[in-house]
Amino acid sequence: MTEVTVKHLWKEYGNQVVLENVNLRIADHEFVTIVGASGCGKTTFLKMLLGVESPSRGEFLIDGQPLPNEPGPDRGIVFQRYSLFPHLTVLQNLLLGLDLRGAPLSGKLYGARRRRALEKALPLLEAVGLHAAADKYPSQLSGGMQQRLSIAQSVICEPKILLLDEPFGALDPGITADMHALILKLWNEHKMTIFMVTHDLKESFELGTRLLVFDKVRLDPQAPEAFGATITFNIPLKGHRA
Amino acid sequence: MLSLLPFLLLTCAYLYYSHVRLIENPGDKLLPPPAVIAATVHRYAFEEDERSGDYLWWTDSRASMTRLLMALGISACIGLILGVAIGVLPYLRAALAPFVAALSLIPPLAVLPILFIVAGLGELAKVTLIVIGVAPVIVRDLSLRAGELPNEQIIKAQTLGASTWQLVIRVVLPQLWPRLIDALRLSLGSAWLFLIAAEAIASTEGLGYRIFLVRRYLAMDVILPYVAWITLLAFSMDWLLKTLRSRAFPWADAQ
Repeated sequence: MTEVTVKHLWKEYGNQVVLENVNLRIADHEFVTIVGASGCGKTTFLKMLLGVESPSRGEFLIDGQPLPNEPGPDRGIVFQRYSLFPHLTVLQNLLLGLDLRGAPLSGKLYGARRRRALEKALPLLEAVGLHAAADKYPSQLSGGMQQRLSIAQSVICEPKILLLDEPFGALDPGITADMHALILKLWNEHKMTIFMVTHDLKESFELGTRLLVFDKVRLDPQAPEAFGATITFNIPLKGHRA
Repeated sequence: MLSLLPFLLLTCAYLYYSHVRLIENPGDKLLPPPAVIAATVHRYAFEEDERSGDYLWWTDSRASMTRLLMALGISACIGLILGVAIGVLPYLRAALAPFVAALSLIPPLAVLPILFIVAGLGELAKVTLIVIGVAPVIVRDLSLRAGELPNEQIIKAQTLGASTWQLVIRVVLPQLWPRLIDALRLSLGSAWLFLIAAEAIASTEGLGYRIFLVRRYLAMDVILPYVAWITLLAFSMDWLLKTLRSRAFPWADAQ
């Protein structure tokens, strides 16, 4: 069970208010899609969930516990780009999370423990359709394959929360349907909570069980930085819960 | 094949002017004919020296290469350790980066007298000179490269459970190996420069020592093949490093 609670959250950079008074309660196994104009704090919100930014005021709680202020294995992330390791093959990229968890000193598993890790990794590699590319390097993969690998890389660590920062934004429109099917399948199999920032309104309605719209409710034309954005719409959707 | 043409032209030009000068003055020492050079090389490489009993060509080569490789190895270690540390740990970067930057601007030849005074005239001073000249540049290069790794990669590794130590050994260090080889290749030129400078000033053997020794006798028949040999050695080292890079790190070329 993972419950995310946000109470009276503010984020300011100096005089500039980015987010103001955000309140939210997300139940377990939700697929939350986040939309909003550029500069409306969607990414800032995601960064705070990730732990690379901390709130100026208010609270961010996971299961009643304050969010740790650095990234950790309970929250996975898939960025639009650069989230693969170019010096590792596809299989090594996928195994990295298990390696890091299992071998604090060497950072790499060997022998029987590596075989156990492979038993977990290979089906997932199959599921994301990269079995044939196991020994390739990321630079040899297409954009869609790279994102599938990046998603699998996070999922293998079984995070409670998976954060997706415009993961399909740089892909061909033709392959996004496949990507949607994949992410929904993994979401239902692994029962995690997903937060996904997207620019694509259709995608956000299509995938989510809950849609959050970030927008500014107040605007001072003389001082545009004086007021921040907040959640203006919080819409429950049908979604694709299995 | 086209790349061989300039070499060929240079050789022809040499042969021509050597010939012309020798007609004018059979005792000319400036551009010795190929036969004289060949005889000298044979004497240096395959005959024992009368005074020392050594094969001078090879004792000089061994002495110089030992110094050079030792210095490059030490510089690579310093570069890798300090470069990663400065690139990854913000506190260390704040404390050390300006210092290293200043250090790398000291002209190494200007501190050579200090080295001779402190470390004596032995091997230590020569190796240290090369390290002083090469290591700070490698440190700066690698720390910049480490800092250039996309932030997304670092964050992703953290969400996969990486500690700082694991981040260094699984993410940063493996990506810096090919950069280290690049940095070493670029440093080869200055490393040879410092080596020959140090050998010219105080040494009893070595390629640079020999060249500056026979200069007194205007022995171009020794100097020219030695220079060619040094060039060949430097070129081979560069080629070896390049080959090592593409063999060992195939992913680095595709980026």
